[in-house]
Amino acid sequence: MNPPAMNPPATSYSPSTEELHSSDNDRPRGLLRWLTATNHKDIGTLYLFVAATAGLAAVSLSIVMRLELQSPGVQWLVDSSGAPNGQLYNVIVTAHGLYMMFFVIIPAMFGGFGNYFVPLMIGAPDMAFPRLNNLSFWLFTAGATLLTCALFVGTGPGTGWTLYPPLSSIGHRDASVDMVILSLHLSGASSIVGSINMITTILNMRAPGMTMHKMPLFVWSILITAFLLLLSLPVLAGAITMLLTDRNFGTTFFDQTGGGDPLLFQHLFWFFGHPEVYMMILPAFGVISQVISTFSRKPIFGYLGMVYALVAIATLGFIVWAHHMFTTGISFTAQAYFALATMVIAVPTGVKVFSWIATMWTGALDLRTPMLWAMGFIVVFTVGGVTGVNIANPAFDVLAQDTYYVVAHFHYVMSLGAAFGLFAAMYYWLGKMSGRQYPEWAGKLHFWGTFISANLTFFPMHMVGAGGMARRYIDYPEPFSGWNMLISCGAYLGAASFLFGLGVFAYTLLAGRRVTEANYWGAGATTLEWTVSSPPPYHTFATLPLIEAPPLVSSEANGTDVRRPVSS
Amino acid sequence: MRSIDKLVVALLIITIVSVGVAFAVFSFYDPIQAAFHARLQQTIGVPVEWQFNFQHPFSEIARSLYRFHNFLLGINIAICALVAGLVMVAVWLYRGSRHPVPTRTTHNTPLEVAWTILPVIVLLVIGTWSFSLLRKTDFPPQSDVTLKATGNQWYWTFAYPENGGVEFSSYIVPDDKLAPEQRSLRLLAVDQYVVLPVDSAVRILVTASDVVHSFGVQSLGIKKDAIPGRINETWTRIDREGTYYGDCYELCGRNHAFMPIGIEAVSRQRFDTWIADARRRMTQGLPPSGHAPTDVATAEPQLKQKIGSGP
Repeated sequence: MNPPAMNPPATSYSPSTEELHSSDNDRPRGLLRWLTATNHKDIGTLYLFVAATAGLAAVSLSIVMRLELQSPGVQWLVDSSGAPNGQLYNVIVTAHGLYMMFFVIIPAMFGGFGNYFVPLMIGAPDMAFPRLNNLSFWLFTAGATLLTCALFVGTGPGTGWTLYPPLSSIGHRDASVDMVILSLHLSGASSIVGSINMITTILNMRAPGMTMHKMPLFVWSILITAFLLLLSLPVLAGAITMLLTDRNFGTTFFDQTGGGDPLLFQHLFWFFGHPEVYMMILPAFGVISQVISTFSRKPIFGYLGMVYALVAIATLGFIVWAHHMFTTGISFTAQAYFALATMVIAVPTGVKVFSWIATMWTGALDLRTPMLWAMGFIVVFTVGGVTGVNIANPAFDVLAQDTYYVVAHFHYVMSLGAAFGLFAAMYYWLGKMSGRQYPEWAGKLHFWGTFISANLTFFPMHMVGAGGMARRYIDYPEPFSGWNMLISCGAYLGAASFLFGLGVFAYTLLAGRRVTEANYWGAGATTLEWTVSSPPPYHTFATLPLIEAPPLVSSEANGTDVRRPVSS
Repeated sequence: MRSIDKLVVALLIITIVSVGVAFAVFSFYDPIQAAFHARLQQTIGVPVEWQFNFQHPFSEIARSLYRFHNFLLGINIAICALVAGLVMVAVWLYRGSRHPVPTRTTHNTPLEVAWTILPVIVLLVIGTWSFSLLRKTDFPPQSDVTLKATGNQWYWTFAYPENGGVEFSSYIVPDDKLAPEQRSLRLLAVDQYVVLPVDSAVRILVTASDVVHSFGVQSLGIKKDAIPGRINETWTRIDREGTYYGDCYELCGRNHAFMPIGIEAVSRQRFDTWIADARRRMTQGLPPSGHAPTDVATAEPQLKQKIGSGP
């Protein structure tokens, strides 16, 4: 028996006359189309462009850091007297972190691909609240702009992206930190609005027959990310508002001289901050699941396990925040609890990794660019994951806390993990979004350049971290110079790969080979976005697609269980 | 399975495992650090050029943490080799040109149970060891000496509250003030070293006067955040006489990178003499007597090249 799910979608989606008619009328033209965008595909596109711009800024800043750290001594970031300008370095570190956390990965994944593909994948005509969607985008852009402006005010925000007081209160008197706080408020409001939109869309606007347990894993990952954003961002908003009033209105929430506590901020910040890092990686999990299933030409292995592993990771993500604070003097019991809860996360994460490999196992692997990124993701994410288990041990964390060991850990899961997910999504869906396909050789070159350079950059960071090199240091003792030179060389190669990748995307958009089929990946791609033309019409699913009766029932004959949605 | 496939898969597995094992062995013993410390005549806790593993441990706690990390490293490498190996073997066996018809397998209950239960067991083993270590680091024994370290922007103030209130501040030696033989200690050398006795339980109280700092000495296995308004406690027991260097590990502003910690460990008798002398000098308004920092370069001249001689 060959369940219908595995057949290529029978027909391309063709818009009805009604639909064509409406797109003629409803579609604003020219600049107004983008400035007043309410169409989910337009907003997704806008998100991707702004996030790419912020990404370029963030990567450039990291190259400045690597230039400075290439050799011991301070060569570049000096003030007018020639003395090391540690403040400038701190501002660069801070900006790199804030851009990447708030204005690159999440907006690209959640705002960009989420907006573009969630309605397509669940068979909805658009997001539930198109105008709220527009508000969400412009709040995000305003936040990114305000953050950029903050860098040039006074001495700049040299607080680290974590904004720990008292450094961010009494340590920075000028308006730059206030501007950062307000920019995070804007970004947070944008994300909350976006999350409400996503949750409403996914819960209410699925096409007939698209039950929750038939939703593609990417949609699940976006749904869960939306809940994480919705529940954790208000806590950040509260914390940074208290910081704002501490700075400007004489309150002492985080000032011990007035009965406050600097450590309170760290608890509040990480109550948001740990879910935040999962918001960055969960959509990548979703993308990787789609990509691996597509290019193995097999349904995902253990769909339900994958869904509930996501739910488990997200739930646990809320109750592990103090593992960022093992050296702050929290009690023995608190350390033991947070260590235990953190290590438990390794179990659902392991389920995901093994399920991806099991999906590949006995498939018919098609090693095209998105699949390379996805397989690369599995490997680098595992490397980042195992060091995560290491530093979850509070006793051992004493050696690793705030050293480059931690920097290596979170860049393996973020800079390699989340970014690999982002590039996998880009190569997977670029043809669908633009109607043009990237040159295969260029995509592969981009992957191998990035894979090699990223490992060259981040693996030696374990060694300098073990040697005791602290994070956010503008200068380091000579013994670290060898590894640091290697790290910098890797970073330059990585930047070259990144620019090459942007070039590939630009070439594809302007002059790439035109895509004629709706489903250019073939039989493996079974989700609904592959039933609409490439690029999709301005309005999709004005007539809702019907998802076939559940192919959920296990077939006794071969013990298979197909849970992929099928369009009728 | 075709025999060529068997061969290639076997080669892939052997390559991955042997690279992993080689890396594990190399890291575990870290021959670079071992050679460095074997050649030194004096004990010195500093990073070493091209070192692989954590700094050579010179306290009981640091040694247990080092051993614990080696155990974790073994597990890490095994897991990474397993995952990378499975991905590569899958690519070899199930590439489309060789295996064009995919199966429809989406469930295998025994396998799924196994990959849920086995990590739990591994984590339980890690957790058991980890928590017994945590008990050791977090419940200090009866202390022989108490040191109070206060972080300031950007220097440390050290006090011996149980020894007549000896107190002094310790600043970095700026690059242009470094003596030629101190070149290799750039960014580590300080003007006043903390003096501590060996083989004694040293209680370290950590706090800060302005912003959050962090008191960390890698080779002694200690790190504690210095938070204004709070006094945190940690402890160590130094094995050998020598000099140990640490840093500020929490971003504290412009000169975050320029507030190192220098600890001189001496015998109990020398410590008692030093503290009495320091107390006497304090009453005269003098800083505690200086001491000759154990410099890598003076300890072993040939090594000067090896660890770099500064800009």
